[in-house]
Amino acid sequence: MKTSRIGWGLACTLLALTAYVVWDNWADAWTTSASTTASQVPHETARPVDNNAQIERGQYLARAGNCVACHSARGAAPMSGGRRIDTPFGAVFSSNLTPDADTGIGTWSTQDFWQALHHGRSKDGRLLTPAFPYNHTSVISRADSDDLLAWLQSLAPVNQPTPPHTLMWPLGTQAALAVWRSLFFSPTPFKPDPAQTAEWNRGAYLVTGLGHCAACHSPRNALGASGAVDDLSGGLMPVVNWYAPDLTRDSETGLATTPLAHIVQLLRTGESGQAQTSGPMAEVVQHGTQHMTEADLHAMAVYLQSRAQKAATAALAHPAPVRAKVSLTVASKGLQIYDRHCAQCHGEQGQGVTTAAGRTAYPAMAGNRAVLLNDPTNLVQMVLYGGYGPATALHPRPFGMPPAVLELDDRDISAVLTHLRTQWGNQASEVTPLQVNRIRAAQGN
Amino acid sequence: MAERTKACTACHGDQGRAGPDGYYPRLAGKPAGYLHNQLRNFAQGRRHYELMTRLIDPLTDAYLGDMARYFSSLELPYPKPSANNTISAQRLAKGQQLVTQGDASRGLPACTQCHGVRLTGVQPNVPGLLGLPLDYLNAQLGAWQTGQRKAHAPDCMAEVVKRIPADELIAVSSWLARQALPADTHPAPHPPAGPPLPAALRCGSAPELSSTAGGQP
Repeated sequence: MKTSRIGWGLACTLLALTAYVVWDNWADAWTTSASTTASQVPHETARPVDNNAQIERGQYLARAGNCVACHSARGAAPMSGGRRIDTPFGAVFSSNLTPDADTGIGTWSTQDFWQALHHGRSKDGRLLTPAFPYNHTSVISRADSDDLLAWLQSLAPVNQPTPPHTLMWPLGTQAALAVWRSLFFSPTPFKPDPAQTAEWNRGAYLVTGLGHCAACHSPRNALGASGAVDDLSGGLMPVVNWYAPDLTRDSETGLATTPLAHIVQLLRTGESGQAQTSGPMAEVVQHGTQHMTEADLHAMAVYLQSRAQKAATAALAHPAPVRAKVSLTVASKGLQIYDRHCAQCHGEQGQGVTTAAGRTAYPAMAGNRAVLLNDPTNLVQMVLYGGYGPATALHPRPFGMPPAVLELDDRDISAVLTHLRTQWGNQASEVTPLQVNRIRAAQGN
Repeated sequence: MAERTKACTACHGDQGRAGPDGYYPRLAGKPAGYLHNQLRNFAQGRRHYELMTRLIDPLTDAYLGDMARYFSSLELPYPKPSANNTISAQRLAKGQQLVTQGDASRGLPACTQCHGVRLTGVQPNVPGLLGLPLDYLNAQLGAWQTGQRKAHAPDCMAEVVKRIPADELIAVSSWLARQALPADTHPAPHPPAGPPLPAALRCGSAPELSSTAGGQP
C-alpha cells in the first residue's frame, strides 16, 4: 500500500519534471513566434540596406568570435565544419555553416540562425550540444546575429555532411541534452550596466558574447558546464590540457596592473613585453583578436582590467605561494638540464633575450607569471611540445621553442621546471614527475 | 633565420643536417618549393606528425616559405651511405633498373625522369633521393602506399607507388640508400630532357613536370 503510494508519487514527480524540461527547452518555439516576428519589423527598417557592408560586418564578428577555429577541419574549406572536438564525454563534430542547402545552412532564415545562437536549437528544433558555446552566443544581439548570417551566406556552399557525434550514450540524446540545458543553460542577452561607460559595456559585450572567453577561462563542472558567461576565474581545459588563467587574478595575468596598451598589444600581436600567447590562446589571437579594431580591443582591455582590479583586493586573501623545498638531487638535476637545454636562449640568470627592435625573442623566466602559475600544466606543455607564438600581421616572424618530448623524460622535465620555479627570486611549488606524466599520457606520447 | 628555426633543428639536426635516428630527414639544400609544400602538407593534413603540426599551426604561409628558403639555401656536406640491410644482388639490380629506367609495361616512369638524372632533385619542387636513410625512405614509400602520406592533388607519387609492389619498393629504397652523392649535389635547374609525364601522372605539387614544354635540357 505504502510502496504503491511512493511509486505514484515518484511517477508524478517524474512526469512533472519531464513536462518542465520539455517546456524549458522548447516552449519559446511555440509561444514567441508571433512576438519575434513583431520585434523584427522595426529592427529591419532600421537596418542599413547596403548588403556588402552587412557581409563585411558579419565577417568581422565571425573573426571576433573565432568561429573558424571550430567550424573548419584541417585542410578543408573554412566554415565547412567537420572538425572533431574531443570532450571528456566523447567526440563532437562541428556543423557545416556554409550555405549548402543539404549539408549546410543554405535554407536558414535569420530567425533560424538566431534560434541557434540564442537558444542553442537547430532549425529543425533539435537541441545542439553545448560544445557549441551557446551560453555565450545567447549574449549576441539580433543585429549581430543577422550580420553573421549574411556573411556565412555569402560564402561558397560546400557539400560536406557533418559526421555523427560519438558521445557516450545517453549523453548525446535529445532527452539528456534537454535535462542538461534545464540545469545549466538559459539565454542571457546582454544587459548594459548603466553605471559603466559605453566602452566598458562594449568590452563586456565582446568578452561575454562573441569572444566566449569564459568557455576556457572558467572552471567546468563534472557535467562539462562552464561558469556564467562573465565568470573569468580560470580553468583547466579538459582533453587538450591547457590551463586558461584566472583573468581576475593579477598574479596570474597581470591584467589589473598592465597598461591598457600592452593588453591591446597582446591581443593584436600575440606578445607584449613579458607576455606571450601559446596553445589555444595563440589560436584565438591568430584567427580572432589580431583582426579586431583597436577600439574593440581597447574596450575589451578596459573591461578585463576593471574586472581584475575589482577582484584584486579579494585575491589578496589567497595565501602567497611558498617556495618549494627541493631535494639536492632534484636541484642539481634541474640546474644541469637548464644549463644544457634552456640557458642558451632564456639566459643563465633566466633573464631572456630581447631583439634589437625591443621585442621579446625569448621570454625571461625570472618573475614570469606563466612560470609561476600554481598549475604547471602550461609549462609542461611548452617543454614537452615546444611551440611558436602566433605569426600575426604586426609580429609576423615569432621565435619558437623546440620540443623536448623525445629528449627529456618525466624526471628531467619536472626537475628543470622546479628549477625555473625556485630560482632568481621565483617562488612557486615543485613540479612532480607524476604531473608531467599525466599530461604526456593524456597527449598520447 | 638560424635563431628562428631552432625549434626545427632540435629534431632535424644542426642546420637541418638530419636527425640521428633516420626519422627526421635532412632539410639543408632541398629545393625550397619542395620544403614549402611539405610544410603546407602538414598544415593541411596531407602529412601527419603531431609534433610538426603543433609547431607550424600558429604560423603563416609566408613565414613557412621563409623557413623553406632558409633551409634550402644551406650548403652542407652529405654523409656517406650507410644502408646495410640484407638484400640479394638481383633485387638490388632490380631496384637500380626501376630507379633509372622505370617499367614501361606498367606505365612506370624512371625515378630519374622527375628527380633528375643525378637523383639530386629538380628545382623548384622535386626533392633529391640520395643521402636519405633507408628507414626514412621505407617509411615514406610505405606511407604513400597506405595513403598516410599525400601530396597536393593530383598526387603523382601516390599513383607511382601504387604501381610498385612492396618488395620492389624495398629494392628501390635499398639501392637508393646505398648510393653516394655525385660531385655536384645541387638539385638540377630543369627536369631532364624527354617526353612529359603522361596525363595519369600529373603532379599537383610540381606542375612544371607535366607542362607540354616538358624536359628542357
